[in-house]
Amino acid sequence: MNAKTAKIRIEGVTKAFDGATLVLDRINLNIVADTLTCLLGPSGCGKSTLLSMVAGFVQPSRGRVVVDGFEVTKPSADRGIVFQDYALFPWRTALENVAFGPMIRCVPKREQKAAAMHYLAMVGLEAHADKFPSQLSGGMKQRVAIARALANRPSVLLMDEPFGALDAQTREQLQEEMLRIRQLERNTILFVTHSIAESLFLADHIVVMATRPGTVKQVFAVDLPYPRDRMSPRFLELERQIKQLVREEVLKLGIH
Amino acid sequence: MTVSPAGENPVANLSADQPLDAIDRGTLRRRERLIGIALRTLSIAGFFALWYAASLLNQHVWKLFNPVLLPPPHKVLEAGIELTLSGELLRDIAASLYRVGLGFLVAAMLGVGLGTLIGRSRRLEQLLEPPLELLRPIPPLAFLPVLVLWFGIGEMSKVMFIAYAAFFPIFTTTCEGIKFVDILLIRAAQTLGASEREIFRYVVLPAASPSIITGLRVGFAQCLFVIVAAEFIAADSGLGYLINDARSFFLMSHMLLGAAVIGIIGFVFNAVLRRLEARILRWRVDARGPG
Repeated sequence: MNAKTAKIRIEGVTKAFDGATLVLDRINLNIVADTLTCLLGPSGCGKSTLLSMVAGFVQPSRGRVVVDGFEVTKPSADRGIVFQDYALFPWRTALENVAFGPMIRCVPKREQKAAAMHYLAMVGLEAHADKFPSQLSGGMKQRVAIARALANRPSVLLMDEPFGALDAQTREQLQEEMLRIRQLERNTILFVTHSIAESLFLADHIVVMATRPGTVKQVFAVDLPYPRDRMSPRFLELERQIKQLVREEVLKLGIH
Repeated sequence: MTVSPAGENPVANLSADQPLDAIDRGTLRRRERLIGIALRTLSIAGFFALWYAASLLNQHVWKLFNPVLLPPPHKVLEAGIELTLSGELLRDIAASLYRVGLGFLVAAMLGVGLGTLIGRSRRLEQLLEPPLELLRPIPPLAFLPVLVLWFGIGEMSKVMFIAYAAFFPIFTTTCEGIKFVDILLIRAAQTLGASEREIFRYVVLPAASPSIITGLRVGFAQCLFVIVAAEFIAADSGLGYLINDARSFFLMSHMLLGAAVIGIIGFVFNAVLRRLEARILRWRVDARGPG
């Protein structure tokens, strides 16, 4: 990967909490535009912290994150995010949640609604536009959250274990939806997960992270063509390989 | 098991059963509601029956205490009609409500304003919380004589007193509501491009609104609670004055009437505020499901 063409550059990022506990140690990563990269590792490896730094919620102790040539210092609308716990505004309907970004951009009311409806339809929820989040299932809430992030047309989409709270069937369904949506909306996606199968199904690149402190253990370029067959010999072979790598890291953590 | 044609598929029959099930649930809910209404009516009727029984039995059979001390309900109603016709009751209600309304307005503005400021800023909290925490446990009544000396026996002292009494519940709940807004919601708004001001308006305020509204409701109840005491001390109108004045003339039915009117006002206002709350917080009420 050429550093010049990288959309996101993570340059020597180190993070220590309270000045002592080293969470991330000199991470270097280049993420190419229009690719989907998974940060994969056991819980506690700092992958979510790294994502928070790209989002601009957290500042690195040393090093920097550069997006489109500009150093990240705070959150901004060109980097949308989808959280594991949805983080929908409970007092706004599904439609109003998706229209939040356009509303902030002062788009005329009718266009706000049209844009929100377009993205709700993209995730298959146009029939539920007027429902409040409390009336939606977990999978539906996450669809709204994805539509809300997309409606702002961010050039980078950050996803923090977005399907972690969903049951296995909904999870696989949403993974397939993600691939379909990717064809429609071209953005650079950084996707945090601890599921090896999920990362193999979705990603162009998988960054396997080591723990204590968090470092990059190995980067895989997944050469399988889409749509991927979760049962193909090559898929299973890669899964076995990565599982071995991740297991070493889990063992390092001991019982916790 | 026999193979049945598609039309008699047992699975297809299952879905045909669903509307029936819905009707069943409808009648069940209606019956639930009727039982609820019946029990509530019965309890009110029972309350008045007991009152009548105690009053009349004492007057004619037991002769335990002076019957003047507990007039039967219809005497209170008669007093109500009498005072309504003379215009006295309406004047007293208006006077009390005016003080409550004004005091509540002052308390709401100060409580929500200050609660919001302190909820937003840790520095301000550190600066202002110690004196507020010292004032909070002091019952408002302790300040009433002081307020009368400061502001005189006119409207001002009573309005201030009511405002003081209602301030703390409104201030505290507002402050807590603003402080504990989910950080994820704020982060989500940030990545959607919202500025500090927009986050306050579109995220922090709506997220804190259930707390603020609860505080306003509790604060209003406080106002009604203390108005009587304020009107006992120095007033020539109001429901508290009505009660205190009736005491001087030993008019038991007038005293009970004053109390009953306060009860009814409190009940009506609470019902109205609850309605309003349910409307504003539609998204939250919906979470409890239908019915």
